[in-house]
Amino acid sequence: MLKITNLYKTFNPNTVNEKLVLNGLNLDLKDGDFVTIIGGNGAGKSTMLNMIAGVHFPDEGSIVLDGEDITYLPEYKRAKYLGRVFQDPMMGTAANMEIQENLALAYRRGKKRGLSWGITREEKELYVEKLKVLDLGLETRLTNKVGLLSGGQRQALTLLMAALQKPKLLLLDEHTAALDPKTAQKVLDLSEQIIAENSLTALMVTHNMKNAIQYGNRLIMMYEGRIIYDVSGEEKKKLHVSDLLEKFQSASGGEFANDRMILS
Amino acid sequence: MNIVMAMFGAASQGLTWAILALGVYLTFRILNFADMSCEGSFALGGCISAVLIVKMGWNPYLTLIIATLAGMAAGFLTGFLHTKLKIPAILSGILTMIGLYSVNLRIMGQANTSLLGHKTTVSLLKDILPEASSLGMKDSTMQTWVTMGIGIVFSITVIALLYWCFGTEIGCCIRATGNNEVMVRAQGVNTDQMKTLGLIISNGLIAFSGALVTQSQGFADVKMGVGAIVIGLASIVIGEVMFQKPKNFAFRLFSIVIGSIIYRIIIAIVLQLGLNTDDLKLFTAVVVAIALSIPNLKKNKAYVRKGVN
Repeated sequence: MLKITNLYKTFNPNTVNEKLVLNGLNLDLKDGDFVTIIGGNGAGKSTMLNMIAGVHFPDEGSIVLDGEDITYLPEYKRAKYLGRVFQDPMMGTAANMEIQENLALAYRRGKKRGLSWGITREEKELYVEKLKVLDLGLETRLTNKVGLLSGGQRQALTLLMAALQKPKLLLLDEHTAALDPKTAQKVLDLSEQIIAENSLTALMVTHNMKNAIQYGNRLIMMYEGRIIYDVSGEEKKKLHVSDLLEKFQSASGGEFANDRMILS
Repeated sequence: MNIVMAMFGAASQGLTWAILALGVYLTFRILNFADMSCEGSFALGGCISAVLIVKMGWNPYLTLIIATLAGMAAGFLTGFLHTKLKIPAILSGILTMIGLYSVNLRIMGQANTSLLGHKTTVSLLKDILPEASSLGMKDSTMQTWVTMGIGIVFSITVIALLYWCFGTEIGCCIRATGNNEVMVRAQGVNTDQMKTLGLIISNGLIAFSGALVTQSQGFADVKMGVGAIVIGLASIVIGEVMFQKPKNFAFRLFSIVIGSIIYRIIIAIVLQLGLNTDDLKLFTAVVVAIALSIPNLKKNKAYVRKGVN
């Protein structure tokens, strides 16, 4: 359903800061795939997600989603196909607006927005139902400003918003990295639950190798702008963190995996 | 008695300036965009209204509409400079403002236009009402009352319109754009369009206010917009301080109108106390600087305290 072909991207070309981030990336996703993505800093994981989302455009290559070439489609136009959760919990929601107003914005993703009232009564009932599933007590706080919520609550809300209009593809960009371990676990479980319930196709970037093995049906490892390891199904389930570390070391030519990866 | 009359006049003046403050609020607080073009569009509204009345003999009420449309065009220009040509927000506004200075001179063909002896929104309404002397008041008092009435009607209409506008789906997107652009784009909204739309509405209101002010003070001047953004901010800040940032949007807009009135009353008082009119802008700037910095200074203090523990 998603086909990435020969994607190249260089940041700051022709300067001292020139950096090749995507180096002929290829990726083919099947419907219902839940793919976890790991790799060191600067491997191009987030850049790949940003290319799919339209934040940056590639120098070369193509991105085709469900038969439609979206390589150079503006970010706001392709948003109707995508659900996104960001690393920074502040990014996914509007802090000065109410919980229900945030949900109402997400509810209209991909729809024409006009001069009718921003939130209808029926919608509010729907939001209460949806928020109950989160089990964070947010269903009684519809008119609270999102800025009052904790990081974990905001990520949970962003997840809900991303799935409110079923996206073709859900992009999770290290969405638990800024949370404490317990909250991170909760948000991860919630992600899995939402993906399963709505049978979504999802890409999840993570720095945590255990999570990468535990969640999803397919795992890819990136290094220097391309995919160096791609494993799915039974083989993935049998993986251990040590296998991944070994893979990473052999790929990077003995260079040690960074601390963050070892510790996790 | 003198000071009471001055304050009374100031209150009615505050109402005509209130719509400017509402326009500034849209960009400064809602869109999070320090829009300098408001200084140009305020004068633009005044100049267009004055010329249409004096040179073309138009109905003063009709000129309010034309002034508003011209202001909206100015807002669009700022939006275009910022979103399409990627010029930084503050500079886009300054460019429009500077450009409009020449445009305003061209429109009037001179630096100012007097409305003396011409019909205005105020005098038209006054003509319909019975003579001031038959109501047992001075003509100037009557004039102030009528100005105040017009100011109240227009302010309430604008508040109602804005309340509706920012409750709609598109209005919600504009508010969210000022809050978190990344999120709004991720929800499939063209944030460039929303910013431009916000600037169009804001500058339309500001030009409307300029036209209204011109008609109530009886002249238009190319320099009448100087400091408009600061006057708008002063009104917003006074309103926020007085009403502690009310939650309800309509009430918040209302607090700005009250802020604008109080600002004018303060000015009337300090002038009565002997402040030189030349120092007025400095006085306003200092007041706004202090008011805007208080919340930040409070935050810093809390931070320092936390650090010690």
